[in-house]
Amino acid sequence: MGKIVERANLRWFERLYLPAIWSGFKVTARHFFSWKRSEVYGKEQAGFELKATMQYPEERWTVPTGYRGAPYLVSDQDGHTKCVSCQLCEFVCPPKAIKIIPPGPAGKSADRPNAEKMPAEFEINMLRCIFCGLCQEVCPEEAIFLQKDYSLTGTTRAELIYDKEKLLALGGTHGGIQKWKHKLDEAKEQETFPLKD
Amino acid sequence: MDWINNLIAGLSAGQQLALFSLLKILAAIFLVLLPIVAYTVLVERKVSAFIQDRVGPNRTAPPFIKYLPVIGPLLQRLGIFQPLADGLKLFLKEDFSPSHVRTIYFWLAPVLAMVPALLTIAVIPFGSKLGAEKMVIADLNVGILYTFGIVSLSVYGIVLAGYAANSKYPFLGGIRSSAQMISYEIAMGLSVIPVFMMVGDLNLGAVIDYQAKHGWFILYAPVSFAMFLVAAFAETNRLPFDMPESESELVAGYNTEYSSMKFGLFFMGEYAAMVAVSGMMVTLFFGGWTLPFWGLDQPATSLLLSAAHIGVFLGKTLGLLLLFIWVRWMLPRFRYDQLMDLGWKRFIPLGLANIVVTALVLLLLNRN
Repeated sequence: MGKIVERANLRWFERLYLPAIWSGFKVTARHFFSWKRSEVYGKEQAGFELKATMQYPEERWTVPTGYRGAPYLVSDQDGHTKCVSCQLCEFVCPPKAIKIIPPGPAGKSADRPNAEKMPAEFEINMLRCIFCGLCQEVCPEEAIFLQKDYSLTGTTRAELIYDKEKLLALGGTHGGIQKWKHKLDEAKEQETFPLKD
Repeated sequence: MDWINNLIAGLSAGQQLALFSLLKILAAIFLVLLPIVAYTVLVERKVSAFIQDRVGPNRTAPPFIKYLPVIGPLLQRLGIFQPLADGLKLFLKEDFSPSHVRTIYFWLAPVLAMVPALLTIAVIPFGSKLGAEKMVIADLNVGILYTFGIVSLSVYGIVLAGYAANSKYPFLGGIRSSAQMISYEIAMGLSVIPVFMMVGDLNLGAVIDYQAKHGWFILYAPVSFAMFLVAAFAETNRLPFDMPESESELVAGYNTEYSSMKFGLFFMGEYAAMVAVSGMMVTLFFGGWTLPFWGLDQPATSLLLSAAHIGVFLGKTLGLLLLFIWVRWMLPRFRYDQLMDLGWKRFIPLGLANIVVTALVLLLLNRN
């Protein structure tokens, strides 16, 4: 089934191409002389129209909520590491980008009261990470979140393996539940819990 | 300066001609043509960017340039260094030849695309005089015939590229190119005949002299100019007649299989042809290096005046180049049959009628 396209019957004047050329000129001239500015260069002048180009390193996308960027570790309101080194994220991670070394029996204890442990080392290989968000979904402590960073750059491969300190620094604070703190409070109220703090 | 004068005086007339021609060729190609080609590409990118509300090249700069106050960032923003980077990139790219090409022709085609454009420059008077030297590389008395002879050769580069690449898109590009060139060659030739009927001489210098006395030919022969302009677009494979290349249909047309400097030659050849055709149009229709005021219409007597003449010529040429560039972003591509239709069925009769009318008018004017 072919579709027959209706062709307009052009008058002799239109067939000279001149009207089309003229309107083409009008359109191009309007855009050429619109003097739109780019955000980067036009900061000093207010009220200018913007060019279509977004000049990447200086101008960036407004990332929508729920965007899956790079996963970072977060701290709680008191600045403590939330991760308890359960290794669920390491286990679930499809590309095996996460590597956790737990403290072990003789290792350093957690930096907050009543928590059993925190990771001795926590590395995410950003070259492997596929930003799927399974680690965030699986985490029982709400300690890891996909954040809004999408342009991770480095000059070596080693640079893109983020260690615990870097992940915590980039992750920032995340409120929400403080499960271990609340448990401690409950225990104190009951005065039966052996832990003194 | 004395030793230069002595050296020149010591040479025979033939040697002097050879020396000056060589100097003019080198200067015209390396100091004028190639820089214009490079910066026309930049202007094209910038103009297209502005027409499409984009920014255009504004990042390239040598590392030290940002330390210049004000000027450095401005030059970078204008993309002044972009052509240098483009050229460097073309040289550094791998010169890749696919295994299925016909090697000799594959190597020959880019050369054939570039050379005619350069040869056309030879007969265009780009200034009046510098000292005692006429500012034209070859002062031929059949200048325009030479031009048409050479311009016809430029189709070989493209057709040969299409044939040598031995794959379908270049081949289609080559075929389209040959058909297009043939149909517009005739229209182009017919369009300039009235000009030479009025001048009575085929020498391009004589054409300029005539225009200096009587006014530019665009006033006397607007139909000729319109036809020549359209044919020039077709000859240089520019939109709306870029059939051989038509990148949205034929990948990149005739130069699909080319890379590195071989592609660069096609690329530069296209722009050099634009410069040559613009120079030709300036000579034929816009009075060449003359301006009707400030006494710029007489051959130069001083160094300053001859520099001004060259400047006037270059200015007019650049104006026409801007027209070429602007039209590229203004008009959509012609369909193949419309192109043929315009060339054969409209322009050739129009050109013939133009010649007849001009002849009749000249006859009536001369009778009185």
